[in-house]
Amino acid sequence: MLGYILRRILAVIPVMLLVAVFVFLLLRLTPGDPAAIIAGDMATPAQLDRIREAMGLNQPLHIQFVTWVGQLLRGDLGVSLISNTPVATMVADRIGPTFSIAILTIIMSVAMAVPMGVLAAWKHRSAADYAVMTFSVLGFSVPVFVIGYIFILIFSLQLGWFPVQGYTPIGSGFGAFLSNAFLPALTLSTIYIALIARMTRANMLEVLGEDYIRTARAKGAPERTVLFRHALKNAAVPILTVIGSGFALLIGGVVVTETVFNIPGIGRLTVDAILARDYPVIQAMILLTSFLYVLVNLLIDLSYSFFDPRIRY
Amino acid sequence: MFNRLSLASKTATLVTAALLGTTMLSGAAFAQSTVKAVMHSGLRVLDPVITTAHITRNHAYMIYDVLIAQDSEFQPQPQMADWTVSDDMLTYTFTLRNGLTFHDGAPVTAADVVASLNRWGQKDAGGQVIMDRTASLEATDDTTVTWTLTEPFVPMLDVLSKQSALPPFIMPARIAETSADEAITEYVGSGPFRFVEAEFQPGLMVVYEKFDDYVPRDEPADWMAGGKVVNVDRVEWVNMPDIQTAVNALSGGEVDYVEAMQVDLIPLLEGDPNVVVETREPTGMQTMTRMNFLHPPFDNQQVRQAALKAIQQEPVLAAMVGNPEYYSVCGAILGCGTPLASDAQAETLTQGGGADEARALLEEAGYDGTPVVLMAPTDMVALATQPVVVSQMLREAGFEVELQPMDWQTLVTRRASQAAPAEGGWNIFITNWMVPEISNPISNPMLNGRGSDAWFGWPEDETIEALKEDFIDAETPEAQVEVAQQIQTHALDNGLLIPLGQYTLPQARRATITAMIQSPVPVFWGMQKAE
Repeated sequence: MLGYILRRILAVIPVMLLVAVFVFLLLRLTPGDPAAIIAGDMATPAQLDRIREAMGLNQPLHIQFVTWVGQLLRGDLGVSLISNTPVATMVADRIGPTFSIAILTIIMSVAMAVPMGVLAAWKHRSAADYAVMTFSVLGFSVPVFVIGYIFILIFSLQLGWFPVQGYTPIGSGFGAFLSNAFLPALTLSTIYIALIARMTRANMLEVLGEDYIRTARAKGAPERTVLFRHALKNAAVPILTVIGSGFALLIGGVVVTETVFNIPGIGRLTVDAILARDYPVIQAMILLTSFLYVLVNLLIDLSYSFFDPRIRY
Repeated sequence: MFNRLSLASKTATLVTAALLGTTMLSGAAFAQSTVKAVMHSGLRVLDPVITTAHITRNHAYMIYDVLIAQDSEFQPQPQMADWTVSDDMLTYTFTLRNGLTFHDGAPVTAADVVASLNRWGQKDAGGQVIMDRTASLEATDDTTVTWTLTEPFVPMLDVLSKQSALPPFIMPARIAETSADEAITEYVGSGPFRFVEAEFQPGLMVVYEKFDDYVPRDEPADWMAGGKVVNVDRVEWVNMPDIQTAVNALSGGEVDYVEAMQVDLIPLLEGDPNVVVETREPTGMQTMTRMNFLHPPFDNQQVRQAALKAIQQEPVLAAMVGNPEYYSVCGAILGCGTPLASDAQAETLTQGGGADEARALLEEAGYDGTPVVLMAPTDMVALATQPVVVSQMLREAGFEVELQPMDWQTLVTRRASQAAPAEGGWNIFITNWMVPEISNPISNPMLNGRGSDAWFGWPEDETIEALKEDFIDAETPEAQVEVAQQIQTHALDNGLLIPLGQYTLPQARRATITAMIQSPVPVFWGMQKAE
């Protein structure tokens, strides 16, 4: 297993290199000019050119690329062209909110979706099953910003239970964190609950039809044991895949939710950087996101063997 | 061991560890009187000389002071300094008032002022004109700056006191000596608020604290002039990219002030007794069209004139703003409500009925149906609708219009291209200006007729340059108004711009915020907050 992990980690290097080249070229080929953002509307073409020169944007592409890769190899993500702030500081400031809300979202989603999916499969074609499926369709279909605004209207403005917006780090107290993070996590959860519940239901239905389930029931095993010990554990691998990719998507930035709830996460950082053509920030964010995707996928693969002992690396 | 743990407890352990492992930001300690404001944009660039971005200028007014400042009559008034002018109008002597201190404790000296003015003079259009006529700019002693010109420049004080775009903010000499093309990295001013760098998050939040050693002038505050008396301890600018979120936060009492309200969201706040929606100041913004003089069809004056005749402001403003309470038709290129405003030549713009004339002009000009590339930014609410309406009006007058949607960043890059429209250039785009920043012919970018050195569109126009010289030489306000009228007539005749009308900027505040100063720049002195 250790060898497998090492091989997978080593495989990250060419992937990241490819991503780096691709991102660098894509950005330089996209129209846009950070100097124009900095200079503002009144700048003349001559002034813009002087700013470009000072920012090093007039240098040949290959020189810019080599400079950037050199920085990366020294562990330096560079400095924002727009705000002059080190990119590492910007990412460090922003990753906490995204990470903590992603974890909370996954907890809430799994806590609600798995029982819902199990129930729907267990009570197949019953009212409970139809209710779960209706919720799933709605959760999938209603745009996340609409759900967010509805939750804000009900829970913040009408009932006053939660703040409308903002983020409080866990370091300031779990209660304060939860107060700010609950609504965005709940909003994000709707789509993941829908997804995970459907996936759980489908896999449970398949597993519940297997011979060993019938055998377990014939042996007089309690229904709870049949459902959660025999069926759910065997249905877990595809569910885990969905949860893992869902988590990676959340980390990749959920810009709409971050915008609606004014959360200073990496989704907004990335979009702001793209709109301003802040090349070092965009490059760092895409590299980081790619790395997290690879890492999450590795963790998911490793977790398969935990739920299914037949899988060995 | 791991296998024996229950799934729930394993999950709980992992989750707790993960949550606690996330980055923890230290919570800000709230001072007694904190105003939380949602500004029109996130602050990212901190150097007010390198950029003309309004948010950076607003930030600069918080932490820097200016030598002289504009009042609501557009008149220069003393701020950091009083001044005298020699009889021959060649020597301006500025005397710094007592008690001026930078945030690092050092006194403000004339040498700081000279260094700051020199840096500003390299970047600002008006400043460059002054510098071209400068014989010497020197610190005569610690508190006196003597500025000697080679020839009289009547609008000298108007340019020095302007509130946009690039007011001459005063910094310590060591900072002001930074190249004008590189951003400063130290943010020390002598203004009424101190920048809290430790809490600055680019694009997210910026924090200011009252500068206790600031000595305000005795006069009452009036626009950017007068005493800057600070009545709150701390101001936080929070950036919310979604205006609906800002409105919700204001309703919920989580923020105190929203600088730029979207007109169609105002009804959401109108019934709330805890919120006040108002117009910050009456002049507001001008929206306008710029054509490219380098390429067909707008390299032909008759075709530019046809475009002007084809357009009527009212439909553009109705689509853009909606509620007539917040917009007005205005043919003045220098903005209605300003001392030099004139609406000569603008009848069809303000009243319509120019389509037939436009068609006749196009025929006379021999317009061959060359498509007009109109760049339409789709990601800027304030600029998204005008291109659609303008393109339709141009089509109705006989133009072939190719409306090209793009993001604002693409537009600002592409508008700098002098290539033909078919090769990545352009013919026409629309942008907005704050009225005070286009109210003076010297600093209005559209009135620069120096060809490739001019603003995007690059008109080669000797007449406008000559008229601006006349304006500079006009010795009385009446004479200035007279030249300004000639500038208006010529600018519209030559199609230097097509004004599309004026709109005001509604702001919203909690009722607990009072005594806000009416000003084109949102300022936080004077303001009071009831607990």
